Amino acid sequence: MSDRKHKSPSQAGFDTLALHAGQSPDPTTGARATPIYQSAAFVFPDSDFAVGLFNIERAGHVYSRLSNPTNAVLEERMAALDNGVGAIVTASGQAAMHLAVSTLLSAGDHIVSSRSIYGGTHNLLEYTLTRFGIETTFVDPRSVEAFEKAIKPNTKLIFGEVVGNPGAEVLDIPALSEMAHRHGLPLLVDATFVTPYLCRPIELGADLVMHSATKFLSGHGVVLGGVIVDGGTFDWAANDKFPTLSQPYAGFHNLVFADEFGPQAFITRARKEGIRDFGACMAPMSAFQILQGLETLSLRMDRHVSNALIVAEYLNSHSAVESVSYPGIEGHPDFDLAKQILPKGAGAVFSFEVKGGREAGKAFIEKLELFSHLANVGDAKSLVIHPASTTHHRVDEEALLASGIGPGLVRLSVGLEDSSDLIADLKTGLRAVEKMIEKKR
Amino acid sequence: MKIKLGGTEIFYTTGSGHSDSASELVLFVHGAGFDHSVWVMPSRYFARKGLSVYAVDLPGRGRSEGPPLSSVDLMADCLAEFILQLNPGGKQVTVVGHSMGSLVAYSLGARHKDKVSKIALLGTSVPMPVSDVLLNAAEDNDHASIDMTNIWSHSSTGKIGRSENPGANNLLVGQRLLERAGDGVLYSDLRACNEFDVGQMPEMELPCLVIVGEADKMTPASAGISVAKNLAQAEVCALSGCGHAMLSERPNEVLDALSGFILN
Repeated sequence: MSDRKHKSPSQAGFDTLALHAGQSPDPTTGARATPIYQSAAFVFPDSDFAVGLFNIERAGHVYSRLSNPTNAVLEERMAALDNGVGAIVTASGQAAMHLAVSTLLSAGDHIVSSRSIYGGTHNLLEYTLTRFGIETTFVDPRSVEAFEKAIKPNTKLIFGEVVGNPGAEVLDIPALSEMAHRHGLPLLVDATFVTPYLCRPIELGADLVMHSATKFLSGHGVVLGGVIVDGGTFDWAANDKFPTLSQPYAGFHNLVFADEFGPQAFITRARKEGIRDFGACMAPMSAFQILQGLETLSLRMDRHVSNALIVAEYLNSHSAVESVSYPGIEGHPDFDLAKQILPKGAGAVFSFEVKGGREAGKAFIEKLELFSHLANVGDAKSLVIHPASTTHHRVDEEALLASGIGPGLVRLSVGLEDSSDLIADLKTGLRAVEKMIEKKR
Repeated sequence: MKIKLGGTEIFYTTGSGHSDSASELVLFVHGAGFDHSVWVMPSRYFARKGLSVYAVDLPGRGRSEGPPLSSVDLMADCLAEFILQLNPGGKQVTVVGHSMGSLVAYSLGARHKDKVSKIALLGTSVPMPVSDVLLNAAEDNDHASIDMTNIWSHSSTGKIGRSENPGANNLLVGQRLLERAGDGVLYSDLRACNEFDVGQMPEMELPCLVIVGEADKMTPASAGISVAKNLAQAEVCALSGCGHAMLSERPNEVLDALSGFILN
């Protein structure tokens, strides 16, 4: 072994990429901001160039379902921030998830997923995809062994969220990716709650990353969008599990994506089939709005995280609170893992359990004024929901507990307000809980 | 697709086209540590135009077997055998090479004249010196050698992005390709570039296209222009503001230049 020291050339940092990646001043107009190319289609210079675009010989845009110059800036910027070879933006986070699954899997295939995931993703995997012959086994996100035991010969994908929902379990991405790769399988990670500022899953071993861009990436809560990022790390031709990439595709003149596109095989097939055929593309106006938010991502995330920590510590010390599930505070089972893979903070979405059950949870929510009661996370404004009285109001307590949701569980998305005002609002809600507990005595 | 050369399996793609003994032949040769996939767009273009296209992985790179060949001339000799096997009729081939691949194309054109009709040299320099800083890092299989090769290959605009290819992060594509190469491959290739010596070669008489990037820091445009000046029949295409990674930074302009040279 040589003891020589080598130094890499410097590269643009995260904030520089968040502001500039994928875009330079418009060469025609000089526009500094990314223009909104609100055009359904793009003119071909000539017939041969047109054929070249359709046949992937030429670079450029054809039709905004397939690609659009405004969307392309967001795609390239997200790929740069997440350390991927390419990205595709979609109509929503759900569309990004569907695009990832449908690019890789077919009827008869199987997914092993964390059971602590967004409800919409759970519905897609548990109910909708089964109608199309794709089955999912759900496992404890804290057990790499459980993921491994659930793998079957027809398993094609391992899936989890960096920070689980609603239990805030932290996914051990390095260990899970090592296991997945040992079985010749890719790891897809939903990084919506953390964004590339807090966690870059591809650097930790994941192969594909998806986000709901509706949340922290945009941060303003005025737009819907999703992103899928391809790390370009997985060898799709190493085994016969991924025929969509390693075998001729009749839908594109028998193109073998893994043969011709190397590290860009997945993202190319996703664009040339998934976005083309399912059509869940992003509107250019949405891409523009998400880009505005993305420019300040690191500044916002630092504030989200510091506010979340203050709020979590306050709740953790309150007598009306049964438990707080935030990996950023000592006592959470994943505190040490969070320090390792989320060194800048464990995000700003977490849950806690008020004493007094379902009614207490409802009373708490109804007293809040600054926290907005709604079904979203990742807004600049603080948000709250009580699943047992809203999204899961039809579910009995036994079933609630089985899905990790206690009757008094409240989920917070901590925003950018002054933390003292957030604490004051929560104090009012918790006073209502205390009164209810006192009445019961 | 794969063929055996002296017991070693060599991988190549055809741009989704079909080989035809009657058609013109084009052979694409990648640069140091890279593989055939850098040629995906030109391959598909010329295949559609009816040419027989071979974008090859040199031994020990991409999906080809074997240890990496240690000199440019050995690579050229290997590809001469490759041409002979795939083209037993002896039809001459246009050879297009990028960076180290341009040296292989040069060597093929000079030393295997009977097999080559013309050559296109992209991002070239003869000689092609490699700094000790880079060679030492590559010899130690240090990731810094990948970063140096990749980052220095992009123009300042190319590093920040605005890819012509929608949604592609070209800087990372280059990095991933270099990471896919096994230990020792990049060092072997860079050393082959560094040691390439044109002094003993027969004079090159073939028609030649030299494409230079005016912001190329690896093989400066002036070096490419010097190569062209020393050839009997060479034309130069200069890409303004373009770095060494011209296939990803300026895919359409590179294709236009190649199309004009090969099809006319």
